[in-house]
Amino acid sequence: MSKAEKASAGEPAYAPEEFMICVMARLLEGLGHVSVGALSPIPGCAALLAREVSGAQEAGTEAASAGPGQGNNKRRGGPKVRQGQKTNPLRVSIIHGDANNPFTDGGREIFDCAGQGRIDAFFLGGAQIDGGANINLLGVGPYPKLEKRFPGSFGSAYMYFTVPNVILFAPEHSRRVLVERVDFISAPGTSPPGMRRPGGPKALVTGLCLMSFEAENKRFRLRSVHPGHTLEEIRDNTGFDFDLPDGAGEIVPETPEPEPERLEMLRSTIAAEIVKTYPGFAARVFQCRA
Amino acid sequence: MTSMEDLESLAARVPDGALLALAPEYSWVPMALIRALIRRRVKDLHLLTVPIGGLAADLLIGSGAVKTLESAAVSLGEAGPAPRFSEAVEGGALDMRDSTCPAIHTALQASEKGVDFMPLGGLVGSDLVDNRGDWKVVDDPLGRGGGPVVLLPAIKPDVAVFHSSRADTQGNVWIGRRRELVTMSHAAAATLVTVEAVEDRDFLDDEATAAGTLSGLYVTAIAVAIGGARPLGLTGHYERDGDHIRAYAEEAKTGDGFKRYLDREVFAETGAETGAETGAETGAETGAGS
Repeated sequence: MSKAEKASAGEPAYAPEEFMICVMARLLEGLGHVSVGALSPIPGCAALLAREVSGAQEAGTEAASAGPGQGNNKRRGGPKVRQGQKTNPLRVSIIHGDANNPFTDGGREIFDCAGQGRIDAFFLGGAQIDGGANINLLGVGPYPKLEKRFPGSFGSAYMYFTVPNVILFAPEHSRRVLVERVDFISAPGTSPPGMRRPGGPKALVTGLCLMSFEAENKRFRLRSVHPGHTLEEIRDNTGFDFDLPDGAGEIVPETPEPEPERLEMLRSTIAAEIVKTYPGFAARVFQCRA
Repeated sequence: MTSMEDLESLAARVPDGALLALAPEYSWVPMALIRALIRRRVKDLHLLTVPIGGLAADLLIGSGAVKTLESAAVSLGEAGPAPRFSEAVEGGALDMRDSTCPAIHTALQASEKGVDFMPLGGLVGSDLVDNRGDWKVVDDPLGRGGGPVVLLPAIKPDVAVFHSSRADTQGNVWIGRRRELVTMSHAAAATLVTVEAVEDRDFLDDEATAAGTLSGLYVTAIAVAIGGARPLGLTGHYERDGDHIRAYAEEAKTGDGFKRYLDREVFAETGAETGAETGAETGAETGAGS
């Protein structure tokens, strides 16, 4: 069934991945430099989409130039750009492969860059994420002889401390993933006072909802529920307690549908871009081949 | 001087029990050399992935060559989990030293500088730290206000290995922007490189090539292996063979399947990838990835 046929049959005219990408892209508006790590096709698309949107919004202005600690400042001293040349104020860096990868100093550069405060946003998944935003990328069961081993912690134990806007993503919203307490802390959601920590979790995007994280009380707060889903469904499938929006009672806002022009942008420009890094994902979601 | 030899003698330079450093899949993995190591039944390796591993690590682990693994993650990327790695960890067959990407880069940088340890921010509160008896958390010794910091002992690989498109007759090797290969080689006691070709020139005579060159000062021995990174990719020469990796991910889910893969792709290879002349004549560019 084509997307148009699905739409007329009352089904959404987009894939769940496309929906999550659009939700995540909105969280990146106004930022200067977004980085994307390993095994992250959905965040990669979201970052590229946000870049494309930022370029459309600010075409012809000065380009971004993220200096130390001012990645999110308004682009002072950026290079002047020739009249009519397209610019994207949002800078995106994707490690792994050469496409959209600005790093020339080896695997360590993204971490050094983050440590200097030059990266405004990063994405982390989690085989498990708990109510305190601790994430587990390593495995389930008692360490070290795990019941189920996942790839490993990657750079999470550093990026979570250094990047101010970490967006957590969990396409599968279930009690298997969103647990009361992670079995292994790859990276902690919060740190005690006295620890230098400019970075940390800001939001959690799942297949069912959008939550924000409040480090002061170490809890998630539900922000919106994706169309077709309910608060009850979210409670049933979440292993931890979370707060509701202030003054909302039991009525929680609905996450907006993908903007049609952004869906179009995603399926054309962004699909052609992400296929260079994630050919399998691009083929599956966008039917796009390199 | 750098020694020019064939693939099998390069493999003979990796002793059993060596601390072997291996870069990630996007960074020119010497797959032909890895297969030669498996054919010579190397054992008790202490494998270090810089900082993450993929097919090469999975092959070495599955063939019983690895005793200790230090890694931030092992995965086959879009093809999914690394099956032999997962099973080995779940079965307790590996002495696992779980790490995080910047910790591996930093510990190699300590060796580059010839110091015994280096500090790294972040990390504190991750269960990785508690499970690493060789890491130490100390209070900021200079009182700069950063709070606790983790000290990482220098990692000094016995051998670093990688593949490149070209070396010159002086033993210099082209690394382009893949500078983790430089860090790894600086830190290692010996560096072994396979190349597509050896050029009769000196890369250091030309500023454009010098900037992307690992000096022969660090290169112990070089062997020609045409298609030596296949089925993984080599920037500007050939792409990663996604179909091969996906088929491997499926076949190697069982021990029997893995053995079939080894018999077919590793042990059945005769002289096809063991020398420059043979390789050129038999069109071994397809390597084991065909």
